Amino acid sequence: MAINWFKYSSPSTFYGVAGKMMPWFAWSAAILFVVGLYIGFFVAPTDIQQSEAYRIMFIHVPASILSMFIYLVMAGYAALGLIFNTRLSSMMASALAPTGALLAFLSLWTGALWGKPMWGAWWVWDARLTSELILLFLYLGFIALHASIDDPRRADRASALLAIIGSVNVPIIYFSVQWWNTLHQGASVKFTGTSMHVAMQQGMYTMMLAVWLYAIAVSLLRVRCIILERECKAQWVSELTEVRR
Amino acid sequence: MNWGEFFAMKGYAWYIWGSYGMALLIFIVEIMMVRHRRILTLQQLHLMRNAEDDMT
Repeated sequence: MAINWFKYSSPSTFYGVAGKMMPWFAWSAAILFVVGLYIGFFVAPTDIQQSEAYRIMFIHVPASILSMFIYLVMAGYAALGLIFNTRLSSMMASALAPTGALLAFLSLWTGALWGKPMWGAWWVWDARLTSELILLFLYLGFIALHASIDDPRRADRASALLAIIGSVNVPIIYFSVQWWNTLHQGASVKFTGTSMHVAMQQGMYTMMLAVWLYAIAVSLLRVRCIILERECKAQWVSELTEVRR
Repeated sequence: MNWGEFFAMKGYAWYIWGSYGMALLIFIVEIMMVRHRRILTLQQLHLMRNAEDDMT
Protein backbone atom coordinates (compact mmCIF):
# COMPACT_ATOMS: atom_id res chain seq x y z
CA MET A 1 0.00 0.00 0.00
CA ALA A 2 1.48 3.29 -1.04
CA ILE A 3 0.55 6.43 0.82
CA ASN A 4 0.81 9.52 -1.28
CA TRP A 5 2.80 11.68 1.13
CA PHE A 6 2.80 14.60 -1.26
CA LYS A 7 -0.96 14.81 -0.83
CA TYR A 8 -0.37 15.67 2.83
CA SER A 9 2.33 18.13 1.91
CA SER A 10 -0.26 20.39 0.30
CA PRO A 11 -1.26 23.16 2.73
CA SER A 12 -4.97 22.84 1.88
CA THR A 13 -5.08 19.15 2.88
CA PHE A 14 -2.88 19.58 5.91
CA TYR A 15 -4.95 22.50 7.21
CA GLY A 16 -7.89 20.13 7.72
CA VAL A 17 -5.78 17.22 8.96
CA ALA A 18 -4.02 19.44 11.52
CA GLY A 19 -7.36 20.74 12.76
CA LYS A 20 -8.63 17.20 13.31
CA MET A 21 -5.45 15.95 15.01
CA MET A 22 -4.90 18.92 17.30
CA PRO A 23 -7.51 18.13 20.03
CA TRP A 24 -6.16 14.57 20.43
CA PHE A 25 -2.67 15.84 21.13
CA ALA A 26 -3.95 18.62 23.38
CA TRP A 27 -6.11 16.34 25.53
CA SER A 28 -3.51 13.59 25.85
CA ALA A 29 -0.98 16.27 26.84
CA ALA A 30 -3.36 17.62 29.50
CA ILE A 31 -3.96 14.14 30.96
CA LEU A 32 -0.26 13.28 30.96
CA PHE A 33 0.59 16.59 32.68
CA VAL A 34 -1.79 15.68 35.52
CA VAL A 35 -0.42 12.12 35.78
CA GLY A 36 3.21 13.30 35.52
CA LEU A 37 2.79 15.99 38.18
CA TYR A 38 1.02 13.52 40.46
CA ILE A 39 3.90 11.04 40.16
CA GLY A 40 6.47 13.84 40.47
CA PHE A 41 5.02 15.38 43.62
CA PHE A 42 3.20 12.55 45.41
CA VAL A 43 4.77 9.26 44.35
CA ALA A 44 8.46 10.05 43.78
CA PRO A 45 10.38 10.01 47.08
CA THR A 46 12.40 12.88 48.54
CA ASP A 47 16.00 12.89 47.31
CA ILE A 48 18.70 12.12 49.90
CA GLN A 49 21.11 14.78 48.67
CA GLN A 50 18.86 17.47 47.20
CA SER A 51 15.77 17.06 49.44
CA GLU A 52 12.67 18.43 47.65
CA ALA A 53 14.59 20.79 45.35
CA TYR A 54 15.21 17.99 42.85
CA ARG A 55 11.50 18.06 41.95
CA ILE A 56 12.34 20.92 39.55
CA MET A 57 13.76 18.11 37.41
CA PHE A 58 10.27 17.03 36.29
CA ILE A 59 9.89 20.26 34.28
CA HIS A 60 13.57 21.16 33.73
CA VAL A 61 14.63 17.96 31.96
CA PRO A 62 11.57 17.71 29.65
CA ALA A 63 11.85 21.41 28.71
CA SER A 64 15.58 21.05 27.98
CA ILE A 65 15.35 17.84 25.96
CA LEU A 66 12.35 19.07 23.97
CA SER A 67 14.06 22.42 23.27
CA MET A 68 16.90 20.47 21.62
CA PHE A 69 14.66 17.93 19.90
CA ILE A 70 12.30 20.59 18.49
CA TYR A 71 15.31 22.44 17.10
CA LEU A 72 16.37 19.35 15.15
CA VAL A 73 12.81 18.78 13.88
CA MET A 74 12.61 22.47 12.91
CA ALA A 75 15.94 22.31 11.06
CA GLY A 76 14.77 19.09 9.38
CA TYR A 77 11.57 20.71 8.12
CA ALA A 78 13.53 23.79 7.03
CA ALA A 79 15.95 21.55 5.10
CA LEU A 80 13.04 19.69 3.43
CA GLY A 81 11.60 23.04 2.42
CA LEU A 82 14.94 24.08 0.98
CA ILE A 83 15.57 20.83 -0.91
CA PHE A 84 12.10 19.92 -2.21
CA ASN A 85 10.75 23.47 -2.31
CA THR A 86 7.67 22.37 -0.34
CA ARG A 87 5.91 25.34 1.23
CA LEU A 88 4.35 23.33 4.03
CA SER A 89 7.72 22.14 5.37
CA SER A 90 8.89 25.72 5.72
CA MET A 91 5.61 26.65 7.39
CA MET A 92 6.10 23.80 9.88
CA ALA A 93 9.60 25.09 10.67
CA SER A 94 8.17 28.56 11.33
CA ALA A 95 5.42 27.07 13.49
CA LEU A 96 7.88 25.14 15.67
CA ALA A 97 10.32 27.99 16.34
CA PRO A 98 8.34 29.98 18.97
CA THR A 99 7.51 26.83 20.97
CA GLY A 100 11.15 25.75 20.88
CA ALA A 101 12.29 29.20 21.97
CA LEU A 102 9.87 29.20 24.90
CA LEU A 103 11.05 25.75 26.00
CA ALA A 104 14.71 26.83 25.75
CA PHE A 105 13.85 29.84 27.92
CA LEU A 106 11.98 27.59 30.38
CA SER A 107 14.99 25.29 30.53
CA LEU A 108 17.26 28.21 31.46
CA TRP A 109 14.74 29.66 33.93
CA THR A 110 14.11 26.40 35.79
CA GLY A 111 17.85 25.69 35.65
CA ALA A 112 18.59 29.01 37.34
CA LEU A 113 16.02 28.27 40.05
CA TRP A 114 17.59 24.86 40.56
CA GLY A 115 21.17 26.15 40.39
CA LYS A 116 20.70 28.77 43.08
CA PRO A 117 19.90 26.40 45.96
CA MET A 118 22.25 23.62 44.76
CA TRP A 119 25.30 25.51 43.44
CA GLY A 120 24.75 28.87 45.12
CA ALA A 121 24.54 30.65 41.75
CA TRP A 122 21.69 31.49 39.39
CA TRP A 123 24.05 31.34 36.44
CA VAL A 124 27.56 30.15 35.63
CA TRP A 125 29.32 30.30 32.26
CA ASP A 126 29.51 26.55 32.10
CA ALA A 127 29.52 24.72 28.73
CA ARG A 128 26.05 23.20 29.20
CA LEU A 129 24.39 26.45 30.27
CA THR A 130 26.17 28.58 27.67
CA SER A 131 25.35 26.24 24.76
CA GLU A 132 21.67 26.14 25.84
CA LEU A 133 21.67 29.96 25.89
CA ILE A 134 23.07 29.89 22.33
CA LEU A 135 20.17 27.56 21.40
CA LEU A 136 17.72 30.20 22.64
CA PHE A 137 19.54 32.84 20.56
CA LEU A 138 19.43 30.56 17.50
CA TYR A 139 15.65 30.23 17.85
CA LEU A 140 15.29 34.00 18.25
CA GLY A 141 17.64 34.57 15.29
CA PHE A 142 15.56 32.20 13.15
CA ILE A 143 12.33 34.01 14.06
CA ALA A 144 13.85 37.47 13.58
CA LEU A 145 15.50 36.62 10.25
CA HIS A 146 12.26 35.14 8.92
CA ALA A 147 10.31 38.20 10.02
CA SER A 148 12.80 40.64 8.51
CA ILE A 149 12.40 39.42 4.89
CA ASP A 150 9.17 40.46 3.17
CA ASP A 151 8.99 37.72 0.54
CA PRO A 152 7.97 34.59 2.50
CA ARG A 153 9.74 32.12 0.17
CA ARG A 154 13.02 34.04 0.39
CA ALA A 155 12.55 34.29 4.15
CA ASP A 156 12.07 30.49 4.23
CA ARG A 157 15.33 29.88 2.39
CA ALA A 158 17.43 32.32 4.40
CA SER A 159 16.16 31.11 7.76
CA ALA A 160 16.45 27.47 6.67
CA LEU A 161 20.16 27.99 6.16
CA LEU A 162 20.45 29.51 9.65
CA ALA A 163 18.50 26.59 11.16
CA ILE A 164 20.64 23.96 9.42
CA ILE A 165 23.96 25.55 10.36
CA GLY A 166 22.74 26.14 13.91
CA SER A 167 21.86 22.47 14.39
CA VAL A 168 25.55 21.76 15.04
CA ASN A 169 24.89 23.33 18.45
CA VAL A 170 22.49 20.56 19.52
CA PRO A 171 25.13 17.77 19.87
CA ILE A 172 27.37 20.34 21.55
CA ILE A 173 24.70 20.88 24.23
CA TYR A 174 24.10 17.17 24.59
CA PHE A 175 27.76 16.13 24.92
CA SER A 176 28.95 19.29 26.72
CA VAL A 177 28.86 17.52 30.10
CA GLN A 178 31.21 14.84 28.76
CA TRP A 179 33.55 16.99 26.69
CA TRP A 180 34.14 19.69 29.28
CA ASN A 181 34.47 19.85 32.99
CA THR A 182 31.09 21.35 33.85
CA LEU A 183 29.31 22.34 37.03
CA HIS A 184 26.18 20.93 35.44
CA GLN A 185 25.84 17.24 36.30
CA GLY A 186 26.28 14.51 33.70
CA ALA A 187 23.43 12.50 32.23
CA SER A 188 21.53 10.37 34.77
CA VAL A 189 19.66 8.57 32.03
CA LYS A 190 21.95 6.44 29.91
CA PHE A 191 21.46 3.58 27.49
CA THR A 192 23.37 1.37 29.91
CA GLY A 193 20.92 1.97 32.73
CA THR A 194 20.03 4.88 34.97
CA SER A 195 20.94 5.87 38.49
CA MET A 196 17.47 7.15 39.36
CA HIS A 197 14.64 5.83 41.52
CA VAL A 198 12.01 4.18 39.32
CA ALA A 199 9.21 6.60 40.34
CA MET A 200 11.45 9.56 39.52
CA GLN A 201 12.05 8.08 36.07
CA GLN A 202 8.34 7.45 35.51
CA GLY A 203 7.49 11.02 36.51
CA MET A 204 10.18 12.43 34.24
CA TYR A 205 9.22 10.34 31.20
CA THR A 206 5.53 11.12 31.67
CA MET A 207 6.26 14.84 31.84
CA MET A 208 8.53 14.56 28.81
CA LEU A 209 5.75 12.92 26.80
CA ALA A 210 3.30 15.57 28.04
CA VAL A 211 5.53 18.46 26.94
CA TRP A 212 6.12 16.71 23.62
CA LEU A 213 2.39 16.31 22.93
CA TYR A 214 1.76 19.88 24.07
CA ALA A 215 4.43 21.13 21.63
CA ILE A 216 2.80 19.17 18.78
CA ALA A 217 -0.67 20.51 19.64
CA VAL A 218 0.36 24.16 19.89
CA SER A 219 2.50 23.92 16.73
CA LEU A 220 -0.42 22.46 14.79
CA LEU A 221 -2.58 25.36 15.98
CA ARG A 222 0.13 27.79 14.90
CA VAL A 223 0.75 26.17 11.52
CA ARG A 224 -2.97 26.49 10.76
CA CYS A 225 -2.67 30.26 11.30
CA ILE A 226 0.46 30.41 9.14
CA ILE A 227 -1.24 28.43 6.35
CA LEU A 228 -4.21 30.83 6.34
CA GLU A 229 -1.94 33.89 6.38
CA ARG A 230 0.26 32.70 3.56
CA GLU A 231 -2.45 31.13 1.41
CA CYS A 232 -4.88 34.02 1.93
CA LYS A 233 -5.32 34.57 -1.80
CA ALA A 234 -6.05 30.91 -2.56
CA GLN A 235 -9.51 29.81 -3.63
CA TRP A 236 -9.76 27.01 -1.04
CA VAL A 237 -9.20 29.48 1.82
CA SER A 238 -12.10 31.69 0.77
CA GLU A 239 -14.31 28.57 0.61
CA LEU A 240 -13.63 27.53 4.23
CA THR A 241 -16.66 27.73 6.51
CA GLU A 242 -14.77 29.74 9.14
CA VAL A 243 -13.86 32.32 6.47
CA ARG A 244 -17.21 32.36 4.65
CA ARG A 245 -19.52 33.33 7.51
CA MET B 1 1.85 15.35 55.53
CA ASN B 2 -0.44 18.39 55.52
CA TRP B 3 -0.84 20.90 52.67
CA GLY B 4 1.14 23.65 54.40
CA GLU B 5 4.10 21.32 54.66
CA PHE B 6 3.62 20.26 51.06
CA PHE B 7 3.68 23.83 49.72
CA ALA B 8 6.69 24.73 51.89
CA MET B 9 8.71 22.02 50.09
CA LYS B 10 11.19 21.86 52.99
CA GLY B 11 12.31 25.43 52.30
CA TYR B 12 12.57 25.13 48.52
CA ALA B 13 9.08 26.54 47.84
CA TRP B 14 10.24 29.63 45.90
CA TYR B 15 12.50 27.62 43.64
CA ILE B 16 10.03 24.83 42.93
CA TRP B 17 6.85 26.91 42.55
CA GLY B 18 8.83 29.55 40.66
CA SER B 19 9.78 26.87 38.12
CA TYR B 20 6.32 25.33 37.75
CA GLY B 21 4.66 28.76 37.89
CA MET B 22 6.77 29.97 34.96
CA ALA B 23 6.01 26.77 33.03
CA LEU B 24 2.26 27.29 33.57
CA LEU B 25 2.54 30.97 32.60
CA ILE B 26 4.44 30.16 29.40
CA PHE B 27 1.96 27.46 28.33
CA ILE B 28 -1.09 29.65 29.04
CA VAL B 29 0.38 32.74 27.34
CA GLU B 30 1.46 30.71 24.31
CA ILE B 31 -1.99 29.15 23.88
CA MET B 32 -3.65 32.58 24.28
CA MET B 33 -1.30 34.16 21.72
CA VAL B 34 -1.91 31.43 19.13
CA ARG B 35 -5.69 31.64 19.61
CA HIS B 36 -5.50 35.44 19.31
CA ARG B 37 -3.46 35.08 16.13
CA ARG B 38 -6.16 32.84 14.65
CA ILE B 39 -8.89 35.39 15.47
CA LEU B 40 -6.82 38.21 13.89
CA THR B 41 -6.09 36.12 10.77
CA LEU B 42 -9.76 35.21 10.30
CA GLN B 43 -10.75 38.90 10.73
CA GLN B 44 -8.20 39.84 8.08
CA LEU B 45 -9.59 37.20 5.72
CA HIS B 46 -13.15 38.52 6.26
CA LEU B 47 -11.97 42.03 5.42
CA MET B 48 -10.26 40.80 2.25
CA ARG B 49 -13.38 38.89 1.22
CA ASN B 50 -15.68 41.85 1.82
CA ALA B 51 -13.36 44.13 -0.14
CA GLU B 52 -13.51 41.69 -3.05
CA ASP B 53 -17.30 41.52 -2.89
CA ASP B 54 -17.46 45.33 -3.00
CA MET B 55 -15.35 45.42 -6.12
CA THR B 56 -17.51 42.98 -8.07
